[in-house]
Amino acid sequence: MNQAYAVTAVAAVVLATLLIGGLGLRISRTTSDFYVASRTVNPGLNAAAISGEYLSAASFLGIAGLVLLQGPDMLWYPVGYTAGYLVLLVLVAAPLRRSGAYTLSDFAEARLESAAARRIASLFVVGIGWLYLLPQLQGAGLTLEILTGAPGWAGGVIVALVVAGAVAAGGMRSITFVQAFQYWLKLTALLVPALFLIAAWTGDDAPRARFDAPAVLREHTEVRIDDTVRIELDRPLTLTVSGSVDGQEHHGRALTLAEGGHRVGAGTVLGLPAGARVPTRVTSEADPASWSQPLSAGDGHGLYATYGLILATFLGTMGLPHVAVRFYTSPDGRAARRTILAVLGMVGVFYLLPPVYGALGRIYAPELALTGDADAAVLVLPERIIGGTAGELLGALLAAGAFAAFLSTASGLTMSVAGVISQDVLPSRGVRHFRLATLLAMAVPLAVSVVATHVPVADAVGLAFAVSASSFCPLLVLGIWWRRLTPPGAVAGLIVGGGSALTAVMATRAGIAPEGWAHTLMAWPAVWSVPLGFLTMIAVSLATARRLPPGVDATLARLHLPEDLTGRHRPEGPERPEGAGR
Amino acid sequence: MSAEQRPRREVVTGVPRAAGRAPGHAHARSEITEHTTLGTTYVRSLMRSQLRTALCALASLALLVGTLPLFFALPAAFDDGSPASGAVLWAALGVAVHPLMWLTARWYVRRAERNERDFLGLVEGR
Repeated sequence: MNQAYAVTAVAAVVLATLLIGGLGLRISRTTSDFYVASRTVNPGLNAAAISGEYLSAASFLGIAGLVLLQGPDMLWYPVGYTAGYLVLLVLVAAPLRRSGAYTLSDFAEARLESAAARRIASLFVVGIGWLYLLPQLQGAGLTLEILTGAPGWAGGVIVALVVAGAVAAGGMRSITFVQAFQYWLKLTALLVPALFLIAAWTGDDAPRARFDAPAVLREHTEVRIDDTVRIELDRPLTLTVSGSVDGQEHHGRALTLAEGGHRVGAGTVLGLPAGARVPTRVTSEADPASWSQPLSAGDGHGLYATYGLILATFLGTMGLPHVAVRFYTSPDGRAARRTILAVLGMVGVFYLLPPVYGALGRIYAPELALTGDADAAVLVLPERIIGGTAGELLGALLAAGAFAAFLSTASGLTMSVAGVISQDVLPSRGVRHFRLATLLAMAVPLAVSVVATHVPVADAVGLAFAVSASSFCPLLVLGIWWRRLTPPGAVAGLIVGGGSALTAVMATRAGIAPEGWAHTLMAWPAVWSVPLGFLTMIAVSLATARRLPPGVDATLARLHLPEDLTGRHRPEGPERPEGAGR
Repeated sequence: MSAEQRPRREVVTGVPRAAGRAPGHAHARSEITEHTTLGTTYVRSLMRSQLRTALCALASLALLVGTLPLFFALPAAFDDGSPASGAVLWAALGVAVHPLMWLTARWYVRRAERNERDFLGLVEGR
């Protein structure tokens, strides 16, 4: 790929982000502007901002890569990401807006009138936010590495600096403009090349992608293996090898490997002839690709894993910190609903595109499955299929879109994590402390992303969804619809539900889980941890019925009554539930 | 202790009625804003109708989308493995699901707004 085009495109996105952020700074004058854009953002702009914030690296690059690797079963990811917004709309959108809560911890305190519940909720907000920020920073590092050969930490540092700068300088108002811009950029960046690619594919007699058989190479392909891998051959394969295979050194000569397992050393270059079947990469526990593996597995594991994914994404979206914060920018509950309806349309249109890249990648770049760089499929396809200057320009456009994805999600997360830190950790509130909190919110995941280079990216995102579905989903749903929820019940449910999901996935990652069903159950905890969270919350609430918050009826009335009945149209000044903050 | 200092006895027959309160619909409104038992009942009736609407939308999501994995697992159980089932998978998950979810959402938004309008009508006596 031509580095000059890609670097220019990425630099342009970074500049545009800072520029629009700076414009926001000139508009953003009061504290209220700063936090919540004074709640005057109209549904169209706000919906574009929410969509822009939500469509992260996992959506822009990850889905196409997963489809390339494992076929259409992986389409459950985009379906789940979209359906999460439907569940959110139906169960929490308007009441959450009417609660006047800015963060999920504000909601916990307003509904339960308990400082303890607020502290536990804050802990989960910061934890989930950091879990979600980490893969964004690492994805940025990976992209920049593929595009320009820069060291892996560089991309993460650039994203962290730009985001911390934009958020600390302009706050929510400028972030709204930045993210609305980035939604349209991401959609264009994925749509325009897709049209060219489909045209080229049609001109090529529209070959079909096969997912039930190993992918076949269309032309002679040189593949460089960066990390040592085990491959599995189902029939003998003739190829040229420069490097080591099965511990033997070869220097660019033809070789026939027998069927069965082989070990390819790091730095080996394999020359695969046209028509060869791409060898299957054998995934191990530490392999980034292993997370989604069970989805396509047989004997019930696959079905269970699919439902694990469905529950985590459908119910986890509502508890993501950067999603909840966005409700506050709508003027009232009805606008919040309409905004989410527009978001569903925008996100749905976007998700039509990544599968196209996945299928085309399976046809034209199947060797990416072997090198483990399947996430790069979106970036390399224009060069591979179209080629020439046109291919390079389209590739640069995609790189710009990918960077917009890292920047927008990372800024939304930083904004919300910083909001919680500045309210619950730092001694006093105000814009200066918010800026300090921004640095804190970004520094921790950045440090982890630089130190731990091999945290599987997809894992961290899936983990964030599972933890959110098991902790905040019960809190929000029961808090909004069930009068008898008590503070001890909520705290117990958060800890048992969210804690068990976190423990299960961490244990699987650490390789403690035994093989077989125990492993599948722990890798996809949402199926049991979400009901566990709900049941704990209900049981402990019933057992501590005397601790019912005294103002529960007033709170529920506020959550559910339309604003024109309660006369709560207060366009200026952030309204906070009494005693919020401590 | 003299008789003058003793607090005077008062006859209490009910809650003092605020002077000038408009009759009829404003009554229900203040019942709600003052969180009386009757007001709470009003709020609960709104919550119930909104919850019913929400559960309808969730049920249709569960039926339309939630049952798809089972539906896709069936052909594998009968082991036909034809490419047609792959095409159905792509069409269903890649395209068809999205407009279905959006239509469900639109139905919900309209219905929820209507519930609120009906409730306002009830409370304001319109």
